Amino acid sequence: MLDNIKDFASDFFVTGDPLIYGADVSIGLTMIAVVFALTYFKKWNWLWKDWLTTVDHKRIGIMYVIAALLMLFRGGVDALLMRTQLAVPDSDFLSPEHYNQIFTTHGVIMILFMAMPLMFGLFNLVIPLQIGARDVAFPFLNSLSFWLFFFGAMLFNVSFVIGGSPDAGWLSYPPLSEMSHSPGVGQDFYIWGIQISGIGSLMTGINFVVTILKMRTPGMKLMKMPMFTWSVLSSSLTILLAFPILTVTLALLFIDRYFGAHFFTLDSGGNPMMYINLIWMWGHPEVYIIVLPAFGIFSEIVATFSKKRLFGYKSMVFALMSISLFSFFTWAHHFFTMGSGANVNIFFAITTMIIAIPTGVKVFNWLFTMFRGRISFPTPMLWTVAFIPCFIVGGMTGVLLSVAPADFQFHNSYFLIAHFHQVIIGGVAFGFFAGLYYWWPKVFGFTLNERLGKWAFWTWNIGFYVCFMPQYVLGLMGMTRRLSTYGWDKGWYELNLTSTIGGFLMGIGFLFQVWQILHSIKFMKRATGDPWGGRTLEWSIPSPAPLYNFATLPQADEKDPWWEEKTRIADGHAPLPKPKLEPIHMPKNSGIPFVMSSFWFVAGFGLVFDWLWMAIPGFVGVAVCMLVHSFRYKTDYYIPVDEIERTEAAARRNV
Amino acid sequence: MVKGFRRLMAVLSLAAMTILMTGCGEKLIVLNPKGAIGKHQLDLILISTALCLVVIVPVLILTFYIVWKYRQRPESKAKYDPHWEHSTKLELIWWGIPIVIIVILAAVTARYTYMLEPSKPLEHEAKPIVIQVTSLDWKWLFQYPDQDIATINYIQFPEDVPIEFRLTSDAPMNSFWIPQLGGQIYTMSGMAMKLHLIADEPGSYMGMGANFSGKDFGKMQFTAKATSQEEFDAWVKEVKGSSPALTNEGYEQLAKPGVSDVETFSSIPAGLFERIVTKYGGHDHGGTGGESSTEHEHGADSDQAATGEMPADMEMDGDSSMNHGDHASHD
Repeated sequence: MLDNIKDFASDFFVTGDPLIYGADVSIGLTMIAVVFALTYFKKWNWLWKDWLTTVDHKRIGIMYVIAALLMLFRGGVDALLMRTQLAVPDSDFLSPEHYNQIFTTHGVIMILFMAMPLMFGLFNLVIPLQIGARDVAFPFLNSLSFWLFFFGAMLFNVSFVIGGSPDAGWLSYPPLSEMSHSPGVGQDFYIWGIQISGIGSLMTGINFVVTILKMRTPGMKLMKMPMFTWSVLSSSLTILLAFPILTVTLALLFIDRYFGAHFFTLDSGGNPMMYINLIWMWGHPEVYIIVLPAFGIFSEIVATFSKKRLFGYKSMVFALMSISLFSFFTWAHHFFTMGSGANVNIFFAITTMIIAIPTGVKVFNWLFTMFRGRISFPTPMLWTVAFIPCFIVGGMTGVLLSVAPADFQFHNSYFLIAHFHQVIIGGVAFGFFAGLYYWWPKVFGFTLNERLGKWAFWTWNIGFYVCFMPQYVLGLMGMTRRLSTYGWDKGWYELNLTSTIGGFLMGIGFLFQVWQILHSIKFMKRATGDPWGGRTLEWSIPSPAPLYNFATLPQADEKDPWWEEKTRIADGHAPLPKPKLEPIHMPKNSGIPFVMSSFWFVAGFGLVFDWLWMAIPGFVGVAVCMLVHSFRYKTDYYIPVDEIERTEAAARRNV
Repeated sequence: MVKGFRRLMAVLSLAAMTILMTGCGEKLIVLNPKGAIGKHQLDLILISTALCLVVIVPVLILTFYIVWKYRQRPESKAKYDPHWEHSTKLELIWWGIPIVIIVILAAVTARYTYMLEPSKPLEHEAKPIVIQVTSLDWKWLFQYPDQDIATINYIQFPEDVPIEFRLTSDAPMNSFWIPQLGGQIYTMSGMAMKLHLIADEPGSYMGMGANFSGKDFGKMQFTAKATSQEEFDAWVKEVKGSSPALTNEGYEQLAKPGVSDVETFSSIPAGLFERIVTKYGGHDHGGTGGESSTEHEHGADSDQAATGEMPADMEMDGDSSMNHGDHASHD
């Protein structure tokens, strides 16, 4: 009996690695500390009422951002472990198995559990404010999206200490990811972690498409929308079309693994190449899903800090929409070397190159927004200005990779690694950092310390180039990706060491950012409603925005309504008349999304370990939650006028 | 136009050569190819880089200029025009220039893609030497059907003779890459891919398994040695004389997951490569894959050598319309 338990425990928990034991202990201690703190300060009720059950887009946005930053920490530690391993030849810091797990989780976490939630966080924090709405179209669904993401991410992360992490690469190509080659539970954690959070992502996409199409304030025609809103629309539409492909692909892989089917197996007519096609049909649009909102963020910031209208608005909109369309026709450029033949390769090479055109146009439009402007350089603008050259070079190497026969020499090498890190860090991460810095005062009502922000900016940027420029060269030296170690004879060590130093510099940059946030919380400086001289509606209301966002819906007949309003007032005209206050219709909080997502977690965990006694109750729980929600009739309430007046008066005192 | 590019290419190659001359250039093996295919690919890399730089360099300069000139400072004399938001003329220019560049690049790419199609035999007076490549967990098996020898993690071939690689996998997909001879191609189970390369000069070239295939994928590196014809013949003779034979049982052992040093075998079981290719076709054909199937033209459009009910030795043309997914239609 005791032996049985021992056997079970040694299979169930990941054992044998001091790093993981260390993590076990720190996770345990952190959990105890959190529970203790919540109990000691009597905060359980606060946690439940204000956060876990909230349907307020601003709070959901904050939770997304916090979760994303935690995941950035984990993904970053993974990255530094890899760079430490590669710093010197013949290193045995990590075993090959461990290394394989780490690059797998690094990729999955950075794209799906860091970039995506950070992006959704910004969607939530900004979009309703920018279009003059009280909330998103489906607040309950929004909360459900967040919790599905959160529990999906947790399920994936649990594999670190329980059962073992997936180790077949971030896209889990079969047959490596099939039962035949990955019999452990890591792959199942991968499938269910991504599936559960993927449902959330799809629902967020639906939510924001509807929000943007249906909830804009009076006067705001589509072609008057702020550029960030446009970028979120294009990104959300892309989510709508791309994420179902991911869900189906992973479902087929699950059916293979669980029921012994042969969609992608080596034997019995399975076709692993089909998986590679399917996963990239999602995977390539996914890259654009995360970068398009970053383009939107840069467009907002560049106009604000150049004190000038965004140049070429129509071009920008057209470019965004054409990028999201073309993103669906380029997937095969991820495997030119599969040997699909010249015609196929030419088609996908050209579609890929075509995307460079609208992307290039956007760069020109940003430059000419600054042209004849008055450019100031607080942190959001610094990141934007750093983004432009970085992305130009990253884009150029992308075009080089799109040249199919040349890609035969770049593919799977560190040249490729350097390229996609340059566009994803230089584009997406810089973009989301810029956005976070830009909207931080609006979200939290206080400003971030600029001096520490600049330290963070410079260490990040220098670190970035030190880390990734050598990797282009390593690619040309023939170093292939995912190598866990290499010999002295290859002559790769100087550049690898340099790259590792750069990686750690970026890590220090992240620490500066954490320090910046903590420092700014401690020495809090209140922000006004409009700390940057903004142009769009979110800057017309107090910081942080009141629960209902806008006491009365603003009229937005021009492109930069708040800027125009400020200009009118400065010219001595009267501000636009405000309509009379009326009771505001608001959604009620609900605990169902949290509970339902927990059941998803239970079901997912059960399926990972093939424990039907656990999975079935999990799914029953999900069904019951749906049923209960269908019979909830009191889902809304009104904020009375006098309460709005009190809130507005208090907010104005704060401003 | 093509002529102009040739000239441009020459200049760029010269520039690249200069870099190569200086110490660490030697290590940039992709930029230092030793075979016709690799050289064409380098040309293409240089052409596309040049075309991109035509846009990139001015834009980078423009970026620094604009950011510097229009920065906010008290005594700034630069023009400030907060309402200037559109200029059809300018926007036409920056839609136009990238379109032109992309059209040129697309044309060049299309031409080179046909030219460098890996399944296309090289034009050369010498008869190609055939090497059958199988990626295993985690080693490379190379078979020389004409010489009737086999090697692990090592290949040798004569210089200036085209090499016809036929590639498959008896394990998760990998990718066969000898950077100095030319670009890679995936090795996939149930398919026989083709890759034609040639070495212009003798030398020892690094070969990589470029696509992640599990635990010890990092150990899947091999040496590709180009020698004179005489040295090659002598080597074949030595292998035939001194190495053990590769048997079917021996192959079963090899195919088991694990790493391996360099090994050589004096003979190979008849039809082994064909059996490896066809074993994933849905049915076990046992030993039906005869010698004749080595003659098949497994072109780019039909890289699945055996599917469904098809006997392994059935004739298959390069332009067969079969695709990977529809095994059933061939029943």
